[in-house]
Amino acid sequence: MKRIPVIKVKEYATGRSIRLTENTLKRTQKANSFLTSVGDMTLFFSSLVKQAFSFPFEFKEFLKQCYEIGNKSLGLVSITGAIMGLVLTIQSRPVLADFGAEGMLPGMVAVSLIREIGPVITALICAGKIGSGIGAELGSMKVTEQIDALEVSAANPMKYLIVTRVLAATFMIPILVLFADAWGFLGGWIGVNIRGSVNFVLYISRAFASVSFSDFIPALVKTFFFGFVIGLVGCYKGFTAGRGTESVGLAANSAVVLSSLLVIVVDLIAVQITDMFVK
Amino acid sequence: MMTATLENTHKEADEFADNEKVIEITNLQKSFGNQVVLKDISLDLYKRENLVVLGKSGSGKSVLIKCIVRLMFPDKGKINVLGKDVLSLEEKELTDLRKKIGFLFQSAALYDSMTVKQNLEFPLRRIKKNITEKELNQKIEEALENVSLSEALHKMPSQLSGGMRKRIGLARTIIIDPVIMLYDEPTTGLDPITSAEISSLIVDVKEKYHTSSIIITHDIACARTIADRIIMIKDGEVFAEGQFKDLENSKDEFVNSFFKG
Repeated sequence: MKRIPVIKVKEYATGRSIRLTENTLKRTQKANSFLTSVGDMTLFFSSLVKQAFSFPFEFKEFLKQCYEIGNKSLGLVSITGAIMGLVLTIQSRPVLADFGAEGMLPGMVAVSLIREIGPVITALICAGKIGSGIGAELGSMKVTEQIDALEVSAANPMKYLIVTRVLAATFMIPILVLFADAWGFLGGWIGVNIRGSVNFVLYISRAFASVSFSDFIPALVKTFFFGFVIGLVGCYKGFTAGRGTESVGLAANSAVVLSSLLVIVVDLIAVQITDMFVK
Repeated sequence: MMTATLENTHKEADEFADNEKVIEITNLQKSFGNQVVLKDISLDLYKRENLVVLGKSGSGKSVLIKCIVRLMFPDKGKINVLGKDVLSLEEKELTDLRKKIGFLFQSAALYDSMTVKQNLEFPLRRIKKNITEKELNQKIEEALENVSLSEALHKMPSQLSGGMRKRIGLARTIIIDPVIMLYDEPTTGLDPITSAEISSLIVDVKEKYHTSSIIITHDIACARTIADRIIMIKDGEVFAEGQFKDLENSKDEFVNSFFKG
């Protein structure tokens, strides 16, 4: 009969020696590390909330981060938005043409862009650009002791680095989404004009005729949560990075993966809530 | 104990007589998991003294000074700085105490996203809240002159060499008029000439600003230039203590291995 290797360990609470298999020990350690991460993230979040509502607010740094996150992402978001509108129009036209409903193309593109594609694709693009940027920046600050230097310079790193970045991401992502939507409309108009000729003003009026506030408001509200999640995860991963240089890459990478995943999860929750209240 | 000849302009430091302790560490212990880094460290820093802490890499020297400003929290022990128990201070009191302590990090820790001028402005604006623009510029000019780097004012840290970064790091700490200076391996990674320049700057800082300093190093040439007293750490405990000459002539194998290579 095959013998399972057993390890003797000390029980933390009582100090007694107990016997565990290697497999059990590994699983216990995994569960332990997961629970520690959850605890760390909860403490990080509570500290963020506490610092966000305490004076003085780092307004100058907040504006700087708004510029870094918002202005420097405009180009990327504009190109992505225009391509989204263009591709959506080109792909949908044959289907609508089969039903003789080409006239509905601007409305369909507008609803798709405003309700789902604009916010989610822009948030995912921002998770890649902004999430990784924040994760790598804070991670390298940690490795080079810049965060420690802030602390001994009578600055509160949580307030100066984290609160400003999370709030900047929360307020800038909705603006970037609106920007992407606008460029998406332009892309859609170009798409329509590839095989036809439609006046821009007519295209826009047709597009907006199909959109109501019940499409626009829930979509806008969820983008604030997307921004919050992207900022929070980027900051958490960067701030809790290890001391070695490899941890900078790891922080950037895990910030992108986790924030992208959370954007999708938040979207799912937002859609369910919207579905309950908006008929 | 050394005698101070220059008049001390620091009110906080003047509260202590020359033979009085500005830092008192008692039975300090610190572990990371199962690894004991500081087993039982007790040391005192006297006013206007340069205390060099020598020890092998990984012997917990940096951990020791990070505990002094509470960047790390020790497992056991007591740390008293300028008459205050560091480990029991509230956040606000700790910030006030940190305003009197300058910390030069091993990597200089300049803020990468700021120019040299902004790096120097940053602590000054936070610590001296009522400072005027004119006073601020004067202070920056003076700090840069002290480290002979006035021309670097508008440069980014990425445009500076290792030695220049250390000097700017030093300028950033002295600009706040600290009472106590903590240097974490100030000459590590520098060529002998730049190391000698940094060592001489540390001596100048003490004479000009009348600071009391703890200098963490394993550079014997640096220790020779700056030390009033030396403490050697081995296996998490204070192994030897004395002036440079005493330790240089020691017959102990461990002490000798440091001083005679």
